[in-house]
Amino acid sequence: MAHIFAGLSTSHVPAIGAAIDLGKTAQPYWQRLFEGYEFAKEWIKEAKPDVVILVYNDHASAFSLELIPTFALGCAAEFAPADEGWGARPVPVVKGHPELAAHLAQSLILDEFDLTIVNKMDVDHGLTVPLSLVYGQPQEWPCRVIPLAVNVVQYPPPTGNRCLNLGKAIRRAVESYPEELRVVVFGTGGMSHQLQGPRAGLINREFDNRFMDFVIDAPEKATAIRPVEYLREAGSEGIELVMWLIMRGALHDRVRCIKRFYHVPASNTAVGHMILENER
Amino acid sequence: MREPHEYDDIPGTTVFDAERSRQGYWLNQFCMSLMKADNRAAFKADEAGYMNNWAMTLEQRQAVLDRDWNRMIMLGGNIYFLAKLFSSDGKSFQEVAAIMTVSTQGAYAQMMIAGGRSPDGNRYQSEWDAKRAGDPKVCR
Repeated sequence: MAHIFAGLSTSHVPAIGAAIDLGKTAQPYWQRLFEGYEFAKEWIKEAKPDVVILVYNDHASAFSLELIPTFALGCAAEFAPADEGWGARPVPVVKGHPELAAHLAQSLILDEFDLTIVNKMDVDHGLTVPLSLVYGQPQEWPCRVIPLAVNVVQYPPPTGNRCLNLGKAIRRAVESYPEELRVVVFGTGGMSHQLQGPRAGLINREFDNRFMDFVIDAPEKATAIRPVEYLREAGSEGIELVMWLIMRGALHDRVRCIKRFYHVPASNTAVGHMILENER
Repeated sequence: MREPHEYDDIPGTTVFDAERSRQGYWLNQFCMSLMKADNRAAFKADEAGYMNNWAMTLEQRQAVLDRDWNRMIMLGGNIYFLAKLFSSDGKSFQEVAAIMTVSTQGAYAQMMIAGGRSPDGNRYQSEWDAKRAGDPKVCR
């Protein structure tokens, strides 16, 4: 039987990807940030997941305004890194797990989560930056990846409660897959940031750290955060944080937080990162 | 007429909701087209002419020509789509954020290194109005 044993959350700022790609990680501006991911790099070598279900959002790369799926599950055999307007990131093609993805799609829809099934999709920095942070710069990504793209570009995104419940349904779906597979769920995006308008640059340390507390021990408190509160407190783009709740929902009620990291800034954004393991 | 929303009183913030998405559809789709190198070249050769391919309003076209980012956002532009336009201009998110906040890039970058813009005093439009009323440089 397949099972999810851990969750990892991280911001997915494009400038972090550029710093990795251009070899700037040791520069004073970036050094502290990348130190915060050294633990994850060692941890993933030991944990060796067969599959990562990677929850992220597309940033007007694969989806324009022609099509805005709230939840889109990548069921293809592979996903090319997107050209976001300045050339694709020099990272390996992302290999999917079409069999598990098909099983997830079928199970989740029957469990009343009506996902959009995507059989052709390029993946942008939202998906590839988290992989780079955790796996570095390998020739091939060492695991299969199932992308789960969430709309957070056009308001409203799905509620935190919906996200947490989708995570729970993902856990049920994975556990009903007959093959022995070890799965980790990544929840990405955030933390507080605002990229637009005269209030751009907003950062809210208190909100971010309280959110992390909630995600670890009291996810139902995080689900009580209303959409307007994310906008006001965490910035217009900080609402991406709902995606962390999909990761959290996929884990057991009780988890151990084995890594927690917070850093300001990466470009315009507060960076948060955690690794949560199911309590045995 | 726009229906009122509870997020309308967040200062300096334009929420990209369904109504703005409808309003900005062609502006954003025009920006999306700049993902392709050939289109970027055609746009640079003749900005106004290139925009004839898109059913944008005159105001939206003018805001693009002026590179008035806040105006584009008011007219339904979304920052991730506008990013295709400012990337074509060779500008970064941080450079454009500095322009939108009427700061210099250096001062904006310094603000971020110092921890970013605090939420205190920046949650409600009324807080900004009060600040402005107390500013002798602002005409009333």
